[in-house]
Amino acid sequence: MIKARKLGKRFGDKRVLRDVDLDVARGGFAVVTGPNGSGKTTLLRICAGLAAPSDGTVEIAVPRAAIGYLAHDPLVYRELTALENLELYGRLYRVPERRERIGMLLERFGLWEARHERVSAYSRGMTQRLALCRVLLHEPELLVLDEPYSALDTAGAELLDAQLAELRGERTLLVSTHDPARVETLATMCLAIA
Amino acid sequence: MSYVADVRALARKDLLLELRARDTLPAMLLFVVATFVVFHFSLPAHSSELAASGLLWVAIVFTALLGLGRAFVPEREQHVLDGLVLAPCDRSAIWLAKAIATLAFLAVAEVVALPVFALFFHGIGTATVAAVVLADLGICAVGTFLGAMAVATRARDLLLPLLFLPLAIPIVVGGVGASVVSAPERYLGFLALYDLLFGVLCWATFEYVVAEAQ
Repeated sequence: MIKARKLGKRFGDKRVLRDVDLDVARGGFAVVTGPNGSGKTTLLRICAGLAAPSDGTVEIAVPRAAIGYLAHDPLVYRELTALENLELYGRLYRVPERRERIGMLLERFGLWEARHERVSAYSRGMTQRLALCRVLLHEPELLVLDEPYSALDTAGAELLDAQLAELRGERTLLVSTHDPARVETLATMCLAIA
Repeated sequence: MSYVADVRALARKDLLLELRARDTLPAMLLFVVATFVVFHFSLPAHSSELAASGLLWVAIVFTALLGLGRAFVPEREQHVLDGLVLAPCDRSAIWLAKAIATLAFLAVAEVVALPVFALFFHGIGTATVAAVVLADLGICAVGTFLGAMAVATRARDLLLPLLFLPLAIPIVVGGVGASVVSAPERYLGFLALYDLLFGVLCWATFEYVVAEAQ
């Protein structure tokens, strides 16, 4: 699904990623770990198709419509409600039975009651839950999740554990985290970048 | 049809955001009216209609610039542009929807501005109105394109005027020309040609502005 060779990325004179090789098979669950500034986010952005590598090659075997990308930012509009944000993405991704799918996700992530509230009124944890709804909305084949546990409380993290366990094997996952122990039972491979 | 549906969904979102935040249109309205008031008192009492017509176009261009500067602010604040770029829709739909929304704000500002101009200076003819409509199309097409370019940079507040104002010169030439001559067809044609040329150019190349990885 993802095949990267000698991947490198520079921003001006600063090199943030150097000689990274990565092979993630269809249905695989790859975990990326590393300290702050090691290039995890850059690697994930490249794998999501949002950034081009400065060196090396990367092949992603799915079209961009089949990629779900969770970034540090939730990628939702603060002045729209959760429902309006998901409606917008649902339209753009041409999600079949959009309303039902949105309702199901909002229920699952505990946001149904707050669906008509603007995102600006959400806590950081609720916003992260909404971001997860956005990522899962179009049932992507490849999920690229950058620090998915960030800002989630215990209940939210357990919800995400269950969701990842459900997706494991069915979808391809590339997850960056500072807490690899959390997903080590699910992971099929681990990449540590320095 | 899906392209039209994407543009509609994105433009609707921009209008809804403005309806909620109200931080672009009121600023544009206040600016354009304030500009006319300042011009009214700064122009000599018996200055010509020609000079006043020129001022109308200066006010329109700078009011538009104010709106264009805020066009991509919601996307910048939450990096939502990444989410839109990843969506499977044609990326030019993002530009077209944003241009339509900006055009709507500019049109509303002008609905107020033109009568105010007529009150302070002189009446406005059909040719001027037609020129304003054509100029708006070009301003929003080019300005939205440049706004997307500028939003990715740190010097965005500086970059947008620097890029936009030189490209707005033909619009001002066409607009002023159509406002002051007795046979404005040539100037209106020039504005229409500008719209067509830059509209197609922006539509075709917007993809490269927002996508780093190709």
